[in-house]
Amino acid sequence: MEMLVASAIGATTAAGIYLILRLRTFAVVLGMTMLTYAINAFLFTTGRLVVNLPPILQDHAAGGHATYTDPLPQALVLTAIVISFGMTAVVVMMALGSFIEGGDDRINMPDDDYIMPPLKTVDDQKPEDETA
Amino acid sequence: MSPALIALLPFIGALLPGLLIRSGRTVAATACGTTTFVALLGLLLHIPAILRGEVLIARFEWLPLIQLNANFRIDGLSLLFGILILGIGLLIITYARFYLSRQDSIGKFYTYLMLFQGAMMGIVLSDNILLLLVFWELTSLSSFLLIGYWRHLPAGRQGARMALTVTGMGGLAMIAGMLLLGQIAGSYDISDILNAKDAIQASPYYTPALILILIGAFTKSAQFPFHFWLPHAMAAPTPVSAYLHSATMVKAGLFLMARLWPVLAGTEQWFWIVSTTGLITMLLGASIALFKDDLKALLAFSTVSHLGLITMLLGFGTEEAAIAAVFHIINHATFKAALFMTAGIIDHETHTRSIARLGGLRKLMPVTFVIGTVAALSMAGIPPLNGFLSKEMMLYEASHLAVARQGFMIFATLAALFSVAYSLRFIFHVFLGPQRDDYPHQPHDPGFGMWAGPALLVTLVILIGLFPNTLAGWLVDASAAAVTGGHPHAHISLWHGVNAALIMSLIAIAGGAALLSLHKSFQAAWDSAPRPEAKAIFDWLVLRIVFAARGISDNLTNGSMPRALAAFTLATLFAGSVAWYTGRVGPATRPMLPIEPVPLIGWLMVMVATGCMVFFHRIRVLALVLVGVVGLVTSVFFAYFSAPDLALTQISVEVVTVILLLLALHFLPKRTATETSTIHRGWDAFIATLAGIGMGSLCYAMLRRDFAFDPISGYMLENSYALGGGDNVVNVILVDFRGYDTFGEITVLGIAALAIFALTQTLLQGNSAKRLTNWVHDQRRAGDRHPVMLVIATRVILPISLVVGVYMFLRGHNQPGGGFIAGLAVAIGLLMQYMASGYAWAQERQTIPYHALIGAGVVAAGVTGIGAWFNGLPFLTSDFGYFKLPFLEKFELATAMGFDLGVFLCVVGAVMLALNSLSRIARRAGETVNKNPMDINLRDEPKEGAQ
Repeated sequence: MEMLVASAIGATTAAGIYLILRLRTFAVVLGMTMLTYAINAFLFTTGRLVVNLPPILQDHAAGGHATYTDPLPQALVLTAIVISFGMTAVVVMMALGSFIEGGDDRINMPDDDYIMPPLKTVDDQKPEDETA
Repeated sequence: MSPALIALLPFIGALLPGLLIRSGRTVAATACGTTTFVALLGLLLHIPAILRGEVLIARFEWLPLIQLNANFRIDGLSLLFGILILGIGLLIITYARFYLSRQDSIGKFYTYLMLFQGAMMGIVLSDNILLLLVFWELTSLSSFLLIGYWRHLPAGRQGARMALTVTGMGGLAMIAGMLLLGQIAGSYDISDILNAKDAIQASPYYTPALILILIGAFTKSAQFPFHFWLPHAMAAPTPVSAYLHSATMVKAGLFLMARLWPVLAGTEQWFWIVSTTGLITMLLGASIALFKDDLKALLAFSTVSHLGLITMLLGFGTEEAAIAAVFHIINHATFKAALFMTAGIIDHETHTRSIARLGGLRKLMPVTFVIGTVAALSMAGIPPLNGFLSKEMMLYEASHLAVARQGFMIFATLAALFSVAYSLRFIFHVFLGPQRDDYPHQPHDPGFGMWAGPALLVTLVILIGLFPNTLAGWLVDASAAAVTGGHPHAHISLWHGVNAALIMSLIAIAGGAALLSLHKSFQAAWDSAPRPEAKAIFDWLVLRIVFAARGISDNLTNGSMPRALAAFTLATLFAGSVAWYTGRVGPATRPMLPIEPVPLIGWLMVMVATGCMVFFHRIRVLALVLVGVVGLVTSVFFAYFSAPDLALTQISVEVVTVILLLLALHFLPKRTATETSTIHRGWDAFIATLAGIGMGSLCYAMLRRDFAFDPISGYMLENSYALGGGDNVVNVILVDFRGYDTFGEITVLGIAALAIFALTQTLLQGNSAKRLTNWVHDQRRAGDRHPVMLVIATRVILPISLVVGVYMFLRGHNQPGGGFIAGLAVAIGLLMQYMASGYAWAQERQTIPYHALIGAGVVAAGVTGIGAWFNGLPFLTSDFGYFKLPFLEKFELATAMGFDLGVFLCVVGAVMLALNSLSRIARRAGETVNKNPMDINLRDEPKEGAQ
């Protein structure tokens, strides 16, 4: 069983990484969603795989904790799931905004945005600077 | 007055100019002057105690865990520097009021100045080296602001940057050195460190710590080879130069050497590093000063030279040398501040600082002439002024060294000779000589406000020279006692009889005068001689570093996101592999679980879905369906492996996410074109596979091993019921044990939703709004926009889903459920209404704005948390009890429920606000609004049919 879980997480990660390396926003959003699944599942498995022992206390008197699975990764992953929804929502809105505003859904910076001004010497020592 | 308050007062003063500047420059200046004066008074009141040999200490715990405490002390050394900083500060505040013109924003100037003053006071009053480091960095920052105060001047900006770079780098070295020192001494309190001399000097870390600390001190005090920043800092307004370079900033390095003198001094390393650096600096500064044309540059290099002198004395490591060093600190501060202010007056009156254009000012500015001449003569070391006394002491110490005596004697005399020459040059080339008729501005003496400060200082120069023991002896004794840790008594007198020092002094005066008479030919030789220009080297170095940094960052991130992400992935993989192969991994002890049919089916689904995803992701709707498959299997996975809460959360988030992506896809292109080459995709696939293999094998390796340490959740399982009153441990962790995390998390979620709302607002205005209004949908619209079946079904479902939500919420503490899940369930119920019946119809029936819901959620959670305070417990500690109502079973009420309610509201608000925003965009893009509860939009049908 461990093998299945590990390979599924690996496959999901690989698909997620492949998709975030694409050039269009939608593929990247999907890739991030896939990565989210993989990472949440991975974090969850840090509590190891346990079947049929949910961390819902059955008998207060017994008090032993050996019969339950580790609740802490679950609590952390629960918030992570909700937060990743928030993240996906923001990223989707940004993708949508850039598509509506810019007319295409490319993820790379347009070339004319990227070309930086030539690097000057440490300071611009021109006289007109004095009047600035 | 408490030492802490004295250190704090200048910072309070820094706030005043901003508040008072509208009432005028004088009011702002008075306010700053008053706070400075009060602090000075508070310090002076401690004099009797200090003279009795007491050390005043005030302790406040700040971060005791890392031994960073706000401990302050006043001893003789702090007293000396405190008087200099506050006393000269007071004079500078007065002087600046008259010096700065109406165009300069004086409020800002005073704020920077007070900030700087506070940082300096902090350094000299700190009794904790970590606290001292904080103030040390503050002086670097505030001096940056002061030096660059005339930010319209390129020279000012460059000087400020250079000073910040050099002193900032030195500060970094010093942090390392101080940490080492603290580690050796076992404490970061100066009081403790001063008692640990033997341990520190015996430690193998002594030399590295010493070198690192000295780098910090040398950069700050402009010692060779870091001396070059100081002359460039002269681009600052003169009051700044007078303050920073006479009494404060550059003395901070000296202060530090003096402060740590008892534990660091006395070793071979200390002697050779410190005294030779001081000697070289003294000689170099003095010789350069002789040839500088700019009046302030001359003074700047003379400052470098005098700092070298004091450093050398501290390096000697003897008690007498320490006395001489302390005495020269006082003397240098008095005459140098006066000289800087004189230079400022000359600049102010003649509009030039070029010595070549000056001369003959004696008759035109008699008051300035007297002040400048007396101060310069003191700098030259002419009796009976105070500069003579300390220079004599320096020469005496140099002539009584045990080692390398001749070398120090010759070079010290030479430096003194240069010093005489440039001091006389200041007098002769500026004030004496024929009166000229081509000054850029006709000079005359300034108003009283400007010359009062230097006049006072010059009076001190004469009086200390005549009555050294009465006026300065006590201060020298007290501070030298603090430096050496002994009980030194200074015997300062003008006449010691004929000794080596006197002969050296006479040689220096005669030689200096002779040198000045030949100045013209020397200047010509100097100008034509090639020599390294420190600024050019510095600029070249900075430029190289910037180019190198840009080279690296441009190659990693050239505006291409895939490239950056690939670099990130590979770097992570690399770091992970290094960790894996260098770390230790235990044997695989955990047995494998047998494979069951259900997980196998799930596994097949995920593998097929991810595989299809990679191949068909260009067909976006299909890709979305595949994402849904993976999400659903994930929630089954959670359910299967004992995580019911996660399964519920995952499935509801899944629904919401897919709806969100669908709504977005409504606008985006439905297909992706192929844009990359096969090789490119192959490379991407290679990286992705590597990452997948890495993640998968890491996961497998972890699953096969038992916990290396006992998990902390044992505590939570044991105490969930006893302390949190709940059986569902996951929920108790969320709302109680780790409630702070959850509180932060719902806040972040709320912020994300508000960011989406804000993004939508911008999209609904301007260009994008126009585009939206003229939006042409790329797909045929469905005729049946609000199918009757769906409308009916969702309205039946709404009350059910609300009840489910309430049920989930109420049972959450003991059974799978809770605020998150309930919130998502309710949000889905509401969402269905929007989808089935249309945005406008649903929105009309919804009266609470979703932002308010988010706000209410955060407030509810916060208030519940604060409630614990009234119980005398820390924030977010929950309380619970069991109640019995008629007709009902006994039930439990926990304050955690209030917190969970906050979570619930926040989740509902955030989810709804995000999806709501998308609907608003859709409406702008021409989505029609149905008027009736149920409408069948048949109008488009004939059109479509006609085509």
